[in-house]
Amino acid sequence: MSLATTQSIAEIRARNKELIEEVLKVYPEKTAKRRAKHLNVHQVGKSDCGVKSNIKSIPGVMTIRGCAYAGSKGVVWGPIKDMVHLSHGPVGCGQYSWGSRRNYYVGTTGIDSFVTLQFTSDFQEKDIVFGGDKKLIKILDEIQELFPLNNGITIQSECPIGLIGDDIEAVSRAKSKEYGGKTIVPVRCEGFRGVSQSLGHHIANDAVRDWIFDKLEPDGKPKFEPTPYDVAIIGDYNIGGDAWSSRILLEEMGLRVIAQWSGDGSLAELEATPKAKLNILHCYRSMNYISRHMEEKFGIPWCEYNFFGPSKIAESLRKIAGYFDDKIKEGAERVIEKYQPLVNAVIAKYRQRLEGRTVMLYVGGLRPRHVIGAYEDLGMEVVGTGYEFGHNDDYQRTAQHYVKDSTLIYDDVNGYEFERFVEKVQPDLVGSGIKEKYVFQKMGVPFRQMHSWDYSGPYHGYDGFAIFARDMDMAVNSPIWKKMKAPWKEAAKPKLLAAE
Amino acid sequence: MAQSAEHVLDHLELFRGPEYQQMLADKKMFENPRDPAEVERIKEWTKTAEYREKNFAREALAVNPAKACQPLGAVFVSVGFEGTLPFVHGSQGCVAYYRSHLSRHFKEPSSCVSSSMTEDAAVFGGLNNMIDGLANSYNMYKPKMIAVSTTCMAEVIGDDLNAFIKTSKEKGSVPAEFDVPFAHTPAFVGSHVTGYDNALKGILEHFWDGKAGTAPKLERKPNEAMNIIGGFDGYTVGNLREIKRILALMGIKHTLLADNSEVFDTPTDGEFRMYDGGTTLEDAANAVHAKATISMQQWCTEKTLSFVSAHGQDVVSFNYPVGVSATDDVLVALSRISGKEIPEELARERGRLVDAIADSSAHIHGKKFAIYGDPDPCYGLAAFLLELGAEPTHVLSTNGNKAWQEKMQALFASSPFGQVCQAYPGRDLWHMRSLLFTDPVDFLIGNTHGKYLERDTGTPLIRIGFPIFDRHHHHRSPVWGYQGGLNVLVKILDKIFDEIDKKTNVLGKTDYSFDIIR
Ligand code: SF4
Ligand code: SF4
Repeated sequence: MSLATTQSIAEIRARNKELIEEVLKVYPEKTAKRRAKHLNVHQVGKSDCGVKSNIKSIPGVMTIRGCAYAGSKGVVWGPIKDMVHLSHGPVGCGQYSWGSRRNYYVGTTGIDSFVTLQFTSDFQEKDIVFGGDKKLIKILDEIQELFPLNNGITIQSECPIGLIGDDIEAVSRAKSKEYGGKTIVPVRCEGFRGVSQSLGHHIANDAVRDWIFDKLEPDGKPKFEPTPYDVAIIGDYNIGGDAWSSRILLEEMGLRVIAQWSGDGSLAELEATPKAKLNILHCYRSMNYISRHMEEKFGIPWCEYNFFGPSKIAESLRKIAGYFDDKIKEGAERVIEKYQPLVNAVIAKYRQRLEGRTVMLYVGGLRPRHVIGAYEDLGMEVVGTGYEFGHNDDYQRTAQHYVKDSTLIYDDVNGYEFERFVEKVQPDLVGSGIKEKYVFQKMGVPFRQMHSWDYSGPYHGYDGFAIFARDMDMAVNSPIWKKMKAPWKEAAKPKLLAAE
Repeated sequence: MAQSAEHVLDHLELFRGPEYQQMLADKKMFENPRDPAEVERIKEWTKTAEYREKNFAREALAVNPAKACQPLGAVFVSVGFEGTLPFVHGSQGCVAYYRSHLSRHFKEPSSCVSSSMTEDAAVFGGLNNMIDGLANSYNMYKPKMIAVSTTCMAEVIGDDLNAFIKTSKEKGSVPAEFDVPFAHTPAFVGSHVTGYDNALKGILEHFWDGKAGTAPKLERKPNEAMNIIGGFDGYTVGNLREIKRILALMGIKHTLLADNSEVFDTPTDGEFRMYDGGTTLEDAANAVHAKATISMQQWCTEKTLSFVSAHGQDVVSFNYPVGVSATDDVLVALSRISGKEIPEELARERGRLVDAIADSSAHIHGKKFAIYGDPDPCYGLAAFLLELGAEPTHVLSTNGNKAWQEKMQALFASSPFGQVCQAYPGRDLWHMRSLLFTDPVDFLIGNTHGKYLERDTGTPLIRIGFPIFDRHHHHRSPVWGYQGGLNVLVKILDKIFDEIDKKTNVLGKTDYSFDIIR
């Protein structure tokens, strides 16, 4: 059993403060000053978590962050299945991000769907020296010829594009015209822009606005009859099928989902979204921009929701239903009731195995707060959390709705800090990414990847909660963690703890 | 509702149920889907010779290339030196990608830092990022050496690593005598194997040629030792250990350069070892005195070997030695250069591999294979298949060049089983897809991405290559040497037998051939 449960809030606070002081000691003075602003112990009642965020990462510290290209191609655009997404520049970026996010989709890959293909312009030296626009023109022709059923093309800029002065917008316009108004979207998501994936989300959102919405005919009829119950799922990337296990609940309560942004999504769904009655927003971080835009331009309200864990799911279903009539409100209650036996059974089975266990998180857009409720439904406690690329509005939401007093908060944490924190706090589980997974497992700390669901999922919705519970249990209670030390060696003593 | 607490269904089964299937069918109307008949027509068209011709006429677009970018190779080399932290100068997203990529293959941590250049650095250059970055890395991660390489961004704006590192030292980022070798690794030239070459050469140059003008150049005093270079290799853990075992059996004094076999295979015992094993810095420096340097992968070490040879050493390179003859060649060369005899134990191992091939060759003889991957592994695997009496019909290497093609064709010409075989340099897996449709083979050898080809074309995939993300732990076993050859043989045979069983297991229809003895 972890320390946190046997210590008072005051003791934990003091320990966490000391811990922050301790990690800052390793840095040169200038760096220590900068990092100090990103680390804090949460004080209950405050409106945010008391950390600075969305600031440049410090060179050489081993930040866990990625880049704008990852935010655009990897997160926002990549899952749109019927469009070809070209990684424009040298081969690497597209190669490393190829198929790694598990955005599930249904389609005939390579024929009418393209998510798990790696299209790249594979820049060579001459393209850098003489510019890549000519190559891009040829590439677009080749895509048209060899992949004739694509419904559109996006051009995802890698670092060099913005540095060599290419005019991908002009190429896109010209080619779109040549192909009779085909959707071709240039995206300026070069990796050096901004400080993390986050600006890439924003740039990608803006590209939808400028190159898709702005080209819609003002009174264009949708391809289906509208109903008063049309909603769009925004900011669900269908990782391991998350959007599907969410959609099913919305439909069961009587709503009609007309678009998924962007997991298992299509160009037609993006284009139809301005006809939605409500946009429901899961990953606020990556898609709040387009939601706000649709509110301003088309008058569509949006509401944030959280489909992790039964408490938040029920709360969210009611919140969403609140935008509709009684039929939907009843629908929400019916759905909650329908799944209650499943929830009860899952909790009955797993809570006893997980009760009181502590968790430290470090993830991307919404998960550092959104999953907290799901852990609490299982009796677990999140004792530390932080965002890879959050902004202050994320930390506000976290402080106001999610974290407990004295939670350790770390923004843009780096390898060194995270290891020290975990070593000292000794949580029963860490939830973070692939780069962190094996570090903590070597240290003997159970781990789940919370970007890719560690190749499991879905975790959204009631069906997903059962999987979430199963997975956390199998991580925390795996028998292997008892075999860390050879029997002829001294019993494992966590290093820093022993020194306390 | 299919979900239950007793039997939790995850994505593998959950969505197969009628509720989800109905939901997905209903979703179609919002997708403006293509006419299924049209999808079918295009799907069939992509299998034709006509499509293949258009596909091969591609000049600009790459689809599913089988190569990565230079800095990945640089990172791979750098962690093979004792206490060395790879430092990639440029934008940070790339570093997140290299680390993830290596971790997904090895199922191990991958430590590497970035200088996190952003828009202002694009305008003013990344000098300050280098100065701060080196100081931070040095203080936080206490490395013995920091090996610098570059992302596209730093290359496009033309940052000068030599000058930057010098300035950083003057500003006190790291002590003046601290080792900071460097290599420019532009991603728009070559691939990860080029990056391997550049980074290794950079490190050797640093130690041998006066540490960027800060120390006297080493004077070579030839000794009896040998340097061994593995090259970029997904099986680096198993292969380098195998090479060390062979060298120990032969009693050859040696230095394994860029030995990352420990850092990519550390134990789980409560301690995270950010650095582990590796070529010591002292050994790296003393490697200049060696009698000869042997590279297991020619195309990973072209520049390095010419640098080494310019220092007066003999250099010999191989092409990913898999199988009997390739291993023979390595052992004979080791023996010739070192003057040591090949011990009986290795002769017995050889005999065992020959024995195994003789036992099983009837199942492999005449089978057609397609192979893709890095230039050297392609060569090594093709040579082994020829040895087995199989035909490596299509051998494709996205990062292979003209010289590679010629060498491959010469290999094919040397064997009666190679007469119809063809090497494809600079092509990608979408080209391979066409080849597998128009000129089918029995088996495909390649990395994890080959599973898409297996799905599309029905050609069973034997996973040998890099990266392998969806099978675990194979990188711990060697594919080089006689033992490694045995491992490869077994992998191939297992797949062949599994396929035979799959094709003969229909009850009452095909199961007369469902033999229990094969
Ligand atoms: S920007 Fe360049 S160096 Fe970075 S991953 Fe992409 S291709 Fe490689
Ligand atoms: S939580 Fe992150 S990884 Fe997830 S969808 Fe949002 S931006 Fe992405």
